[in-house]
Amino acid sequence: MSATTADGAGEATGAGGEGRSPAVREPLLCFPDPAPAALAKCLAEAGYPYQAVSGADRARDAEPEAGFSGGVVSAAEDPEAALALCRALRGAESPLTPLLLVVEAGQLGTLEGHDELFDDFVLVGSLGDELEARLSHLLARTGRGKHRDVITYGPLALNLETYQAVVAGRPLDLTFMEYELLRFLAAHPGKVFTREVLLSRVWGYEYFGGARTVDVHVRRLRAKLGEEHANLIETVRSVGYRFGRVRWAP
Amino acid sequence: MQSQRDYVLRQVEERGVRFVQLWFTDVLGTPKTVSITPAELENALDEGMTFDGSAIDGFSRVQESDVIARPDPTTFQILPFRAGGSTLARVFCDVLNIDGSAFEGDPRHVLRRALEQAYSRGFTFYASPELEFFYFAEDDHAMSGGWRPEPPRPIDRGSYFELTVADLATDLRKKTVLTLEDMGIPVEYAQHEDAPGQHEIDLRYTDALTMADTVMTVRLVVKEIAQERGVLATFMPKPLAGEQGSGMHTHFSLFADGRNAFYDPDDERGLSKVARQFIAGLLEHAPEITAVTNQWVNSYKRLVAGYEAPVNVSWAHNNRSTLVRLPVVKRGKTESTRVEYRAPDPACNPYLCFAVVLAAGLRGIEKGYELPPEAAHNLFLLSEAELAAAGIRPLPRTLDEALKVMERSEIVATTLGEHVFEWFLRNKRSEWDEYNRQVTPYELGRYLPTL
Repeated sequence: MSATTADGAGEATGAGGEGRSPAVREPLLCFPDPAPAALAKCLAEAGYPYQAVSGADRARDAEPEAGFSGGVVSAAEDPEAALALCRALRGAESPLTPLLLVVEAGQLGTLEGHDELFDDFVLVGSLGDELEARLSHLLARTGRGKHRDVITYGPLALNLETYQAVVAGRPLDLTFMEYELLRFLAAHPGKVFTREVLLSRVWGYEYFGGARTVDVHVRRLRAKLGEEHANLIETVRSVGYRFGRVRWAP
Repeated sequence: MQSQRDYVLRQVEERGVRFVQLWFTDVLGTPKTVSITPAELENALDEGMTFDGSAIDGFSRVQESDVIARPDPTTFQILPFRAGGSTLARVFCDVLNIDGSAFEGDPRHVLRRALEQAYSRGFTFYASPELEFFYFAEDDHAMSGGWRPEPPRPIDRGSYFELTVADLATDLRKKTVLTLEDMGIPVEYAQHEDAPGQHEIDLRYTDALTMADTVMTVRLVVKEIAQERGVLATFMPKPLAGEQGSGMHTHFSLFADGRNAFYDPDDERGLSKVARQFIAGLLEHAPEITAVTNQWVNSYKRLVAGYEAPVNVSWAHNNRSTLVRLPVVKRGKTESTRVEYRAPDPACNPYLCFAVVLAAGLRGIEKGYELPPEAAHNLFLLSEAELAAAGIRPLPRTLDEALKVMERSEIVATTLGEHVFEWFLRNKRSEWDEYNRQVTPYELGRYLPTL
């Protein structure tokens, strides 16, 4: 298994960070392992850290606590294994999104009928600038792209530069920790987090209120989101919380 | 912290906030505020704002009267109401001495200290209060604070508002709940209470410090919204003789390692040893802390038999005549195991109230107190002799009695700290003395013609 953190982006910090906290930069999942040379070069040049995996099991083991920030799966070498991996990633409890598929021009036909398994695709011949542009576009929607200033999800928009949160055009007046929690959740749509993980990732230190603090803040956020949008944050029974809906299920 | 500070400054800029209110609380639980402009905010966040503490009840000292209000940036919140079209924000403050140490007269500090005590034993303390209050027709008497020949008139019975009765009170309550939710204060229930004009707002649990801040906010929001419609909202414990008073029954729980420390799956009733000892501590020290949880002359008009207010030191599962009640926990909701303390009224200082309740409970855990037997009957039906025979002590019946017990209480002195303890006793003594000098309408009505 090979791994690289091309830009050296460290763990995201919560409340303890200096100034504007960096957006979360977990590595991208990359298939196969090792990553094809052209793809590896392209990701490194574009400044995306990634983690190459050989299949669904390895993906599960190697998954960072806050999840991969997305996936780049090359189908050029072994199309069947690639699609099987996509299926597994999308069918997981926290489906991986966004997923970018790398294919040979001659394989385009095999994608038919599998639209839910990936968010976009790019031809092997167009790696380089095009892969970078497509990745950046896909990641921007979850605030994990290179331009990490805005996170949008459905009616919600968070401007990370101005700290403004808007739901359906209505500004939300959040406290700092409410904002931090919402930002973290919205940056990982579909991913389930336990209270403990949220506490350590968002609060970043052992907080006075203990793990129940998370419940309290989620309730406050839901109250502020209003009845109509309160379900943006879902409770996952006896696990924790998930932001946004699962867009694809097996 | 730097990022919190930046967040606050950026919000003020982006949202066009014109004034930031620095909130703090005096020893009696009265909200105090200093308004500053955004230009002053940066400095306030870094160094705090200096002001003369001698003007604040319970802050005054013989020498050095200057203190510093330092904003707690985690509490920064834009307010949903405006002043003359300007956007307002508030931030709660900790009060410090000029040398930067915590000011011992600050109720927020008193509660923080108690919470740290609990935390050093691995406990976090949660509170969920139910605030009762009355809506009355506002008139000149209510505002002048002077002699009032008639009792206040509830807005939903026999008042000028008769024609719009239900609507007005329901409107006010609905608007209050929506405003609170906008401020991130989730409301569990809001309902009309027993007495005419009486309403209740139940807040979802949160850590006790945030909850004390929240109680301050809720009292303000309830009053503010009522006032917009020419209605007087009051948290006075017993405004109408012969009707229920307003309580602040509060549900408390301790968590350790993220689990409810009051719950034990192996116990027949799901109650842990920690819970039993906590209740035992609360009962043992209940008379001592009553002056704090019920701090006004009028508070003791509520604590009388015949209404749903406690008068004895007792506990039971789901028996509303007792001081401590253990609400039924729904199946599978073991994390909500909690203790309800029914003495406090909504006119208390919530910081001090939560601090003394916690201290009493912790003392029970620390010393391993035994929980006395559960009260088996409706205690309201027992005579004093029967109660005494059952070993059930009464709660203090007047502010005077409560102060006498508190005076000798080591636990209250330690929890409040010398400064607050002494000032509180002095202030309350003088309240009692002043009350004793009054000749009341009751006396005139009863004695004037016949004696």
